Amino acid sequence: MAMLSFERKYRVPGGTLVGGDLFDFWVGPYYVGFFGVTTAFFASLGTILIFYSTAMDGVWNPWLISIEPPDLEVGLGLAPLNEGGFWQLITICAHGAFISWALREVEICRKLGMGYHVPIAFAVAIFAYTTLVVIRPVLMGAWGHGFPYGIWTHLDWVNNVGYAYGNFHYNPAHMVAITFFFTTTLALALHGSLILSAANPEKGEEMRTPEHEDTFFRDFIGYSIGPLGIHRLGLLLALNAGFWSAVCIVISGTVWFDAWLDWWYWFPDMPFWVDIEGGVNG
Amino acid sequence: MAEYFNIFTQTQIDGPAEMGMVEDVDLKERTNGTSFSRLVGWFGNAQLGPFYLGGLGVASIGCGAIWFFIVGISYLDQAGYNLAVFARDLFWLSLDPPSAEVGLGIPPWDDGLAWFVASFFLLCAVMLWWARSYYLAKQLKMGKHVFWAFGAAIWLFMVLGFFRPIAMGSWSEAVPYGIFTHLDWTMTLSVVYGNLFYNPFHALSIVFLYGSTLLFAMHGATILAVSRFGGDRELDQIADRGTATERAALFWRWTMGFNATMEGIHRWAWWFAVLTTITGGIGILLTGTVVDNWFVWAQEHGYAPLDN
Repeated sequence: MAMLSFERKYRVPGGTLVGGDLFDFWVGPYYVGFFGVTTAFFASLGTILIFYSTAMDGVWNPWLISIEPPDLEVGLGLAPLNEGGFWQLITICAHGAFISWALREVEICRKLGMGYHVPIAFAVAIFAYTTLVVIRPVLMGAWGHGFPYGIWTHLDWVNNVGYAYGNFHYNPAHMVAITFFFTTTLALALHGSLILSAANPEKGEEMRTPEHEDTFFRDFIGYSIGPLGIHRLGLLLALNAGFWSAVCIVISGTVWFDAWLDWWYWFPDMPFWVDIEGGVNG
Repeated sequence: MAEYFNIFTQTQIDGPAEMGMVEDVDLKERTNGTSFSRLVGWFGNAQLGPFYLGGLGVASIGCGAIWFFIVGISYLDQAGYNLAVFARDLFWLSLDPPSAEVGLGIPPWDDGLAWFVASFFLLCAVMLWWARSYYLAKQLKMGKHVFWAFGAAIWLFMVLGFFRPIAMGSWSEAVPYGIFTHLDWTMTLSVVYGNLFYNPFHALSIVFLYGSTLLFAMHGATILAVSRFGGDRELDQIADRGTATERAALFWRWTMGFNATMEGIHRWAWWFAVLTTITGGIGILLTGTVVDNWFVWAQEHGYAPLDN
């Protein structure tokens, strides 16, 4: 059995949301539970459908496999299997698997007496995915606005949708999202570095303490957020990165239809300075 | 429920400020002033300061300020010294590198000299701050992990503004100092060199950027979820594993069949964050120097469609 030395005392029954004791067991290191069964069902069915679909296309190079959404003419209707129906079924399976996985995490949290922070955080990621393949296509009136499931074709989709709105970097929500991504990575580097540099001090020194951590950061930038605060900050930054990514795409094609650069002219076009000569916009 | 979830600190304790560990620190350079912010204290430590100045810090802040003022005065000049125009066009204004004819020479006054001088001071500011990160860790006899991670970011910074322009033979390749113009620069680089998404190092860099965000969401959420068992006291948990670490580890083991240790998760974190800029820098350095068109390159290497 793949069990850690301290694991046995934690493997207690209970905490399930659905199914009582029926699925309350482990397979190797994995907890199963009702939602483990549904995760396995949706993940397997989705994977089989991907193989089925690409077999119909005769594409077996993994880089080039791509499951395309229906044509725009299909609108919000159901498409025949090999004209986007596969994409629709796989999207349903993906949602089934992701949501099941989140609920399985809730059951594991309950078993271990932990807060629900991880499944809540995962829900934000699921929300971002749903925004791309359900919310925005529904708002725009066609499943064809979803992105294709392929390693490189989804990059082409990002590229093409981006250029459909000029330079996508000018999308203000995209700016916010990128800023959160970069800031999260910076904060992660600093947090990882600080813990490692305290746990692995100079040769011959005893392990440093949390007081050394605070002191280093106060010396360095004048403030140390502290061992609890950094995890609040990291979680908040990371969730905002996902949330604003969803916002930046859902507003493109629903409330703004032109190049994102043009959006910004509300600012220099405000009446009290629009007529001043000079500068870039004068 | 709120205390169970530990979203904010509900009880703030007032006391004398912590003036910091001494070790080998030159206390003359550490400020004496501290203050407390109840607002900040809801989220993290309430204490602000002290701050360590030191020669490196003062020089770095000075150089950074010079860069900032050169850029700002250049903007003001472009705005005709009219503050309304300055504010109106702030995002459009830009201090640009010299034109291509200047090559790698010292640019003339009216063609990028301000950019050249500003860049020199920015480089000094960054390098002095980098040295400071080493020096402060050494004073406290800590590891130099912050220094090396900062070095990885400086690698990307230097590729963009120094190594790649040299490899291309012209300062004009460098990134301009402007809100919108640096976005234009980014898109132009991608368009000119055949879609940067097909650059495998760009792909790796994105993977590590998103991976870092995923890791911090997972790690931050996990620690908060076990904070009622003392999980936020990570150094204690590394030295002497408690039930917080055990539950955090088992959460991931039961979820995905694998878990890190309390120390190991910070190694994952460090490498993911550091590799974001290392791989990104490699990708930019190869663009236009070794590879002219990433889409064609991808076709030649069998991962871009040929009929397109």
